[in-house]
Amino acid sequence: MTPLLEVVDLVTHFVTERGLARAVDGVSLTVERGRTLGIVGESGSGKTVLARSIMGLLPRAGVRRGGKVLFEGQDLLGLSDRDLRDIWGAEIAMVFQDPMTSLNPVVRIGRQITESLRHHLQLGKAAARARAIDLLASVGIPEPARRFDQYPHELSGGMRQRVTIAIALACGPKLLLADEPTTALDVTVQSQILDLLQAQQRERSMAMILVTHDLGVVAGRTDEIAVMYAGKVVERAPTHTLFTEMRMPYTESLLASIPRIEQPSHTRLRAITGRPPDLVHPPTGCRFAARCPYAQPRCVEEEPPLMPAPTPGHHYACWYPVGDPAVRAG
Amino acid sequence: MSELLTEAAAVSAGGSAEDVAARRKLPVLFWVSLGWLVLVAVLAVVAGVLPLPRPTETGAGPARMGPSAQHWLGTDSLGRDMLSRTIYGARVSLLVGFTSIAAGLLVGGTIGVLAGYYRGRFETVAMGAMDVLLAFPSLVFALALVSFLGPRLSTVILAIGVLSVAPIARVVRASTLTFAQREFVLAARTVGAKNRRIIVSEILPNVVPAALSFALVAVAVAIVAEGALSFLGLSVAAPTATWGSMINEGRTLLQEAPHISFVPSAAMFLTVLALNFAGDALQARFDVREGRL
Amino acid sequence: MSGRFIGRKVLQLVPVLFAVSALSFLLLNLLPGDPTVAILGPSATTEARVRLRHELHLDRPLVTRYVHWVGQTATGDLGKSYVSGQPTTEALRQRLPVTLELLALSQLLALVLAVPLALLAARRPGALLDRVSTSAAFGFLAVPNFMLGVLLVYLFAVRFRFFPATGYTALTENPASNLRSLVLPSFTLGVAELAVYLRLLRSDLIATLAQDYIAMAKAKGLPAWQVLLRHALRPSTFSLVTVAGLNLGRLVGGAFVVEYLFSLPGIGALTVESIFKRDYVVVQGTVLLVAVGYVLANFLVDLLYGILDPRVRHVRAAH
Repeated sequence: MTPLLEVVDLVTHFVTERGLARAVDGVSLTVERGRTLGIVGESGSGKTVLARSIMGLLPRAGVRRGGKVLFEGQDLLGLSDRDLRDIWGAEIAMVFQDPMTSLNPVVRIGRQITESLRHHLQLGKAAARARAIDLLASVGIPEPARRFDQYPHELSGGMRQRVTIAIALACGPKLLLADEPTTALDVTVQSQILDLLQAQQRERSMAMILVTHDLGVVAGRTDEIAVMYAGKVVERAPTHTLFTEMRMPYTESLLASIPRIEQPSHTRLRAITGRPPDLVHPPTGCRFAARCPYAQPRCVEEEPPLMPAPTPGHHYACWYPVGDPAVRAG
Repeated sequence: MSELLTEAAAVSAGGSAEDVAARRKLPVLFWVSLGWLVLVAVLAVVAGVLPLPRPTETGAGPARMGPSAQHWLGTDSLGRDMLSRTIYGARVSLLVGFTSIAAGLLVGGTIGVLAGYYRGRFETVAMGAMDVLLAFPSLVFALALVSFLGPRLSTVILAIGVLSVAPIARVVRASTLTFAQREFVLAARTVGAKNRRIIVSEILPNVVPAALSFALVAVAVAIVAEGALSFLGLSVAAPTATWGSMINEGRTLLQEAPHISFVPSAAMFLTVLALNFAGDALQARFDVREGRL
Repeated sequence: MSGRFIGRKVLQLVPVLFAVSALSFLLLNLLPGDPTVAILGPSATTEARVRLRHELHLDRPLVTRYVHWVGQTATGDLGKSYVSGQPTTEALRQRLPVTLELLALSQLLALVLAVPLALLAARRPGALLDRVSTSAAFGFLAVPNFMLGVLLVYLFAVRFRFFPATGYTALTENPASNLRSLVLPSFTLGVAELAVYLRLLRSDLIATLAQDYIAMAKAKGLPAWQVLLRHALRPSTFSLVTVAGLNLGRLVGGAFVVEYLFSLPGIGALTVESIFKRDYVVVQGTVLLVAVGYVLANFLVDLLYGILDPRVRHVRAAH
């Protein structure tokens, strides 16, 4: 059974003043129908660029692309804008990070939903309105009929994000790309939104890619996680496996840096020292080597490829992975 | 990621990575414009010693002749040499342009800085007065002044100078407001620096470059204003050569001798264009945040 | 829109109107040249002149005359022309439609051309169309309106006799001929506005197009024209409206010159003639009219701002 989405060696480079910024440098992943993939990485890891590259939302000028993005077997990279527009909204939809900026401030909420309904599904005005109000209700917005006529600034942050989710789900897409959907929201609202996404996904048997910098977001809500660093995927595993059997030291550091409530107060937060590498001049060898507590000479010389781990579906890129005593010198 | 996108867009608009770097410096056209302005200024200054017939000398050549070997830009309806008249006309335009704006900068700039820095009642009153000046039809003001004081160079400079005070005051005030609220001003205050000291050593060095680049564009507007006034016959009286009056004189002869209107038109157009370009380039250079119109 | 808001705005207008009319009153009365001479001719006797001065209240102090003028204006009487004896209000009423039509047509022209050009340029910044139109706009800004007028007359009235060089036919008489006589003047006035609007709209659109909600609209799969028109254009109209309103002052000055150039019987031509003839009453009337127009335009711009931008509307309502 062909996977719904298959990304093969995706490359996205930006032409900048200082040279070519390799934001996404050879990423491969697959997403099966109805499953959730989490993409985790710090800022600058290339995860947002990856999401937009998959969608095809990057500008044409100044951007070099390579590889394949196969959606239901069709390569999206080769499609013209016009063909992409048939897919956007109807087959693949995206939820953006900041609902304040992703909703048009001068257009009413209802209209922002019905546009897409009327365009893709050819619904008449009244039918579209009814469907939109239903959608608003299904994403948990109280008094949907009243909200239909309001403007974005009249809603709270959490409600606005619900609206963007409603917009994305309007035409029943097969794949939803959620780019940091909760980062701009209050902590209390975050889990509500994530629950909403999960519920909708289950109801519609929709595949989802959840992009975030927060491991806490993906724990328990995804089937598979891919960890990104400096434009590459450095570890990929089913969620549970990742948390229990991580191999890549970067993943370990990420996990360790999450503050835990059980720890005694005033415990120092463990941050990862150093900064992400320059995307224009990435280092030779493993890109994480400069910040890795277990780095060995080989790490700086040779870049490790993604290697399979004993557990099926688990791949990692490290010469001296965590928990492998045979390789660890000391 | 947004920085990457912005950089990529800038590069694509420029063409290559090198172009983007080059844009940080002043563009080539800036220097070309500056060159033209210097040329015109130099010609205007040394006009007296150039081997040209006098601009008011009628019959220096056959009337209404197009460009020829003896008269590079032709002659007008009274047989006066066009090249000479154009250069002498440049004198008037440049003099009026720069002097009136210099005066406007002095008065308007002072008002603007004081209003923007001290705020309060002074600002309300001053800006209210500026609003009134702006609401007043400028041509009526100029007409009235010229009727009152006679069509002389000084009158025109005064009229345009006064009219430039209000817009300049507004722009300078806006600029001062942005700087006066910045932290380095607050820092200076907390060290006990006096207001006058702050204005002179903290605010002015920031406002002046932006004001000067705006002033270049204002000079262009002043030159056009003088052109309009002389077109209507309200600037320096004939037979002194001014670009506007020359254009007006050639109006009736468009059929047989279009060059009479077009030569001064071209001169004015190029000069104004050069000033606009230079002023705009400087504005983009100095107003890092507001690089647009 | 709250009545208090409107009321407050109106209250701000009044002092400006007073100040402007007082300023022009002062200015005009400083002018040399005795209107009685202009009216009665140079050979009039001294007694006749003194009598006329008394009749026209010219022998009273300045302030009294101003107050008297204000009182009269409040009743709608703007006095009679010294030269023709025609009531000023009538003269203004005759001339105003011409000027208004000129202004309206030139703004219309400028907007109708600027909007599509800006949209096309902003879609692909740096592309050929963008660079050409930006340079052209820049060039047009450098051309003074009288120069452009002369050029247009040369091209389209002298060389190719498409349009008349001067003259005007009223709209009610002959619409076709009316429009023909206004084509060149409208273009002359409108081109400079076109350049300003084009530059402004283009940079505004480019900034808007970089916003997330545009990416979101695209991601919905909407067709390009819908994204451009429905989503990108609306926020940009605010600055356009503001500039269009504030431009009015400049436009009016330009209209004066254009009316002179093309011999159009509008307010501008009237003002110019009246100043030369020392016909103060008429000039005072036209100055007031222009000031009112300017102030009204600013007021309307503020109002429109509130209507177009729902964020502003709600902030105002909250107060």
